[in-house]
Amino acid sequence: MSTWVPTEGTSDALLSVRDLKVTFPTEDGLVKAVNGLTFDLNAGETLGIVGESGSGKSVTSQAIMGLHRGTRAKVEGSIDFDGKNLLKLEDEELRVMRGRDIAMIFQDPLSALHPYYTVGNQIIEAYKVHHGSASKAAVRAHVIDMLERVGIPNPQKRIDQYPHEFSGGMRQRAMIAMALVNSPRLVIADEPTTALDVTVQAQILDLLIDLQKDINAAIIIITHDLGVVAEMADKIMVMYGGKAVEGGTADQTFYSPEHPYTWGLLQSMPRIDRERLDRLRPIPGNPPSLISPPSGCAFHTRCAYRDDENLGCSTIVPEFDVQDWHPVRCLIPAPKRKAIFDTEIRTPSS
Amino acid sequence: MFAYIVRRVAAGMVMILAMSLVTMLLFFASPADPARYTCGKNCTPQLLEQNRKALGYDQPVLSYWVDFTKGIFVGSEFPKDPALKKSAPETIADCPAPCLGYSPQSSRPVRDIIVEKLPVSASLAIAAFIMWMIAGVGLGIVAALRKGSIVDRAIVGSALVFYAFPTFFIGLGLYVFLALKWGIVPVPAYTSIADGGVGLWLQGLFLPALTLALVYIAGYIRLTRAFVLEVKGEDYLRTAQAKGLTSGRILFKHTLRGALTPIATVAGLDLGGLLGGTIITEQVFNYDGLGRTAVMAATTYDLPVTVGIVLVAATFVITANIVVDVLYAVIDPRVKYS
Repeated sequence: MSTWVPTEGTSDALLSVRDLKVTFPTEDGLVKAVNGLTFDLNAGETLGIVGESGSGKSVTSQAIMGLHRGTRAKVEGSIDFDGKNLLKLEDEELRVMRGRDIAMIFQDPLSALHPYYTVGNQIIEAYKVHHGSASKAAVRAHVIDMLERVGIPNPQKRIDQYPHEFSGGMRQRAMIAMALVNSPRLVIADEPTTALDVTVQAQILDLLIDLQKDINAAIIIITHDLGVVAEMADKIMVMYGGKAVEGGTADQTFYSPEHPYTWGLLQSMPRIDRERLDRLRPIPGNPPSLISPPSGCAFHTRCAYRDDENLGCSTIVPEFDVQDWHPVRCLIPAPKRKAIFDTEIRTPSS
Repeated sequence: MFAYIVRRVAAGMVMILAMSLVTMLLFFASPADPARYTCGKNCTPQLLEQNRKALGYDQPVLSYWVDFTKGIFVGSEFPKDPALKKSAPETIADCPAPCLGYSPQSSRPVRDIIVEKLPVSASLAIAAFIMWMIAGVGLGIVAALRKGSIVDRAIVGSALVFYAFPTFFIGLGLYVFLALKWGIVPVPAYTSIADGGVGLWLQGLFLPALTLALVYIAGYIRLTRAFVLEVKGEDYLRTAQAKGLTSGRILFKHTLRGALTPIATVAGLDLGGLLGGTIITEQVFNYDGLGRTAVMAATTYDLPVTVGIVLVAATFVITANIVVDVLYAVIDPRVKYS
């Protein structure tokens, strides 16, 4: 497992994103949805991207899939997959890679599956488009096997049913079967459990981990819920206002986070392994405007620890401060961050 | 499903009978005397009374309706009055089931009139339907795919021009310029297939069908465009793209299947509505179809013909409704009737 250090230049990672910028022109101005994102991901690794709505997580995943092509969005920087810059590929070259090398699992499986076609039809289609010569019977057998692997009971019968005849959890399993049917090397799961019952969420995550081992795929799991990625991700990237603000191993981010925004995410999450607080502590304010982001540190408008006079939070844009392979984009000096976390965040005064 | 269809058909028949009663009620409530219109120039009070009895206009509306409904199932005979039948047996006209009444003005059973006029109106409706479906849906798809471009604006804009002008204006305009002045198409005149073969039949249909189609095209372009754009925003299209499907397959298998289902509904209802006759287009092109006949019957107080055409038109609309609903269950697997 590689440490999470954003580096310039090339790398031999499976996926290597460098200074990714995605902007959308709107009537009100240019929306900078992703504003300079850099990260690496190796085969077999799981990266969790965490952030609230509008932090740029989904836009990042769509940029990797090339789903912004043909829209008004402008994508800059580089996304190297297996040594090829995806942003420079011809449409047709990228199309062939979609679904075959990079697959995606969407948030709401009910709307992400076509209501007029059977589940089998849609999965078979996903396989056949990349395996044109395979015989009908062989493809069907493969898809039935795939449905069985994702834990759908009675797949011989279920393959001919429509999405509306599946329960929410079963639908997401079918969606996963569709994404993994070509054994892709990278799977992007965009909020894969958000639309599901809590009891089903863990099952789906376990399933993803198991299947990942089988095909040694890299996974990017996008979520606003730190709890979802805490267990399954090797490394976590916290995004705020289109930028990564903290990165590290799951343990670092979850048990010794150093960015005030990550603290906020943790404190706004109900935890049963902790002493009961009187109430959850939400992060005050709203996500920043992506058209005219706050000056200086984008989070300074909502930060409880800002210090304009001594640190210049409202004027200086923080760069990554890397200590022990744990990059944090914060102007507060590392010792002080650690001190604040130990005294105020880890053991909250009640 | 079968039980559902049976139920819908039964309900449709009740509705048709109710509509016939309403038409008669309106007719009987009119201040004009319908019998007077059957009497001609040399009318005498005796003749007037005789005609009234012969047509059954002397009965209360409800018994007239019961008599009419009975005629549909078991047939009927005219004149209605038993005394008159005895005194003038030579005037008896037989009207076998399904009898829709007897027109005093044209001295024929209504059913014969309808059988004669229906092919004209139906030919026109079907020809127009094919034209506007191909052009309207096709252009709508193109406009949606090129949304915001010049092509899109040109298509939507020019369609709106035809939508804004009244039918008689478009019809007369096409007639004068295409047929009379420039001679691009032959002067339209309806020729049945039996009389002139398919070629002449199509030739005669072209202009009136085009007129009717142009009026409907605008609506279909906008509808298709809106539905295609709506489906393009659906998550399942993003899924199709993420699977690596070609853009052609995404359009034809995934986009159109979702977008055209609601269009099938509207199209079925529109066709059903037109099969019962088009008034203005038939009038402009001097087509002797159900629409023109209905107008004529209404202005000459020809109750049997009016009721007959109302019933035929209503039957088409109701049938179209049932067909569309059943079709929906076939197209959309989520729809189930029980």
